[in-house]
Amino acid sequence: MVVYSLYILNKAAGLIYQRDFNEGLKRLSSNDYLVLSGTFHAVYAIASQISPVPSSSGIEVLETETFRLQCFQTLTGTKFLLISEPRQQNTDAILRRIYELYADYVIKNPFYQIEMPVRCELFDRHLATYIRGIP
Amino acid sequence: MLQNRSSYPPQQSAVAPSLASSSEKSIPTSLTPSTLRTVATPRKVTIYDRNLNRRAPELSLAAFAFLFNEIVQYSQKNVKGIQEMETKLSEYGYHVGQRVLELTVIREIKSAKRETRVLGLLQFINTGIWKSIFGKPADALEKSKDQEDEYMIIDNDPIVNKYISVPREMSQLNCAAFQAGIVEAVMDGCQFPARVTAHSVPTDLFPLKTVFLVKLDPVVVERERYMR
Repeated sequence: MVVYSLYILNKAAGLIYQRDFNEGLKRLSSNDYLVLSGTFHAVYAIASQISPVPSSSGIEVLETETFRLQCFQTLTGTKFLLISEPRQQNTDAILRRIYELYADYVIKNPFYQIEMPVRCELFDRHLATYIRGIP
Repeated sequence: MLQNRSSYPPQQSAVAPSLASSSEKSIPTSLTPSTLRTVATPRKVTIYDRNLNRRAPELSLAAFAFLFNEIVQYSQKNVKGIQEMETKLSEYGYHVGQRVLELTVIREIKSAKRETRVLGLLQFINTGIWKSIFGKPADALEKSKDQEDEYMIIDNDPIVNKYISVPREMSQLNCAAFQAGIVEAVMDGCQFPARVTAHSVPTDLFPLKTVFLVKLDPVVVERERYMR
């Protein structure tokens, strides 16, 4: 089972964190990452609008033959996107755990400015340890 | 409660005379509620009315982290450099240290003894004070090989730094300066004036490892020599 990469979007659709966990993944240009996250944010919003169920959330899971994209939106509007192998289990639980790490090592860091790109050494370290430990 | 209280000031000033004079702020506020007690109208029980000897309550680490977060952000305002910011943090810690010493001494009033030697005091800080604030003793206490007046208290994982990643451009900063301020206040309060500074010494196993360098005042070194 493999987790490919993680994206964190702030509530204004800005990409504040992007990280790949596997070597050999093709890197996109930083502009493409922004386009990708902007597009997903928009599609998520549209999906929640056109849903026949009232007050529905947007896209939570996107399954394809080659990957699975799980989205978790926090109450404050921050989105966590996890791209993994299609067979990866419990991706929602993984995202919740990542959210905990984010709340601890990013939000509680006095040098982090809210809504700005995440540059926190401790977050990187704990995230890497956690992802490595996923069965 | 009132009678209990009245026995505290003499004891406390015998152990730490400088406390009474240097923390003018804390003492009046802690006394007013008890003097108000004679008023007949029922009033809310404040934190000052509670028994000091109750089991030390465990506080939420997250709540502390957010508070400390604000302290660090506040100390960043109106400072010119990292040095100045550390001094400020240490100053805030100093105020905490004064109160921690007072509280610890009151709590251990039966077993408390006046420390007269540097090593005894440092051991008290290492275990007693550290345990009462952070719930664990510090990891090591070392004496400097080259300098007679320098000691090191080592904490492998200081709680105040648990969630803090210092940005690269400020890499010299260690927010545990706050903790150093606490130690400094305890040293001063016990009549062992010293300068205490915090230094990061990251290792692979303990990336947050911090050394608190205690540099004793020449007066203390001299006294220590006489006592030997």
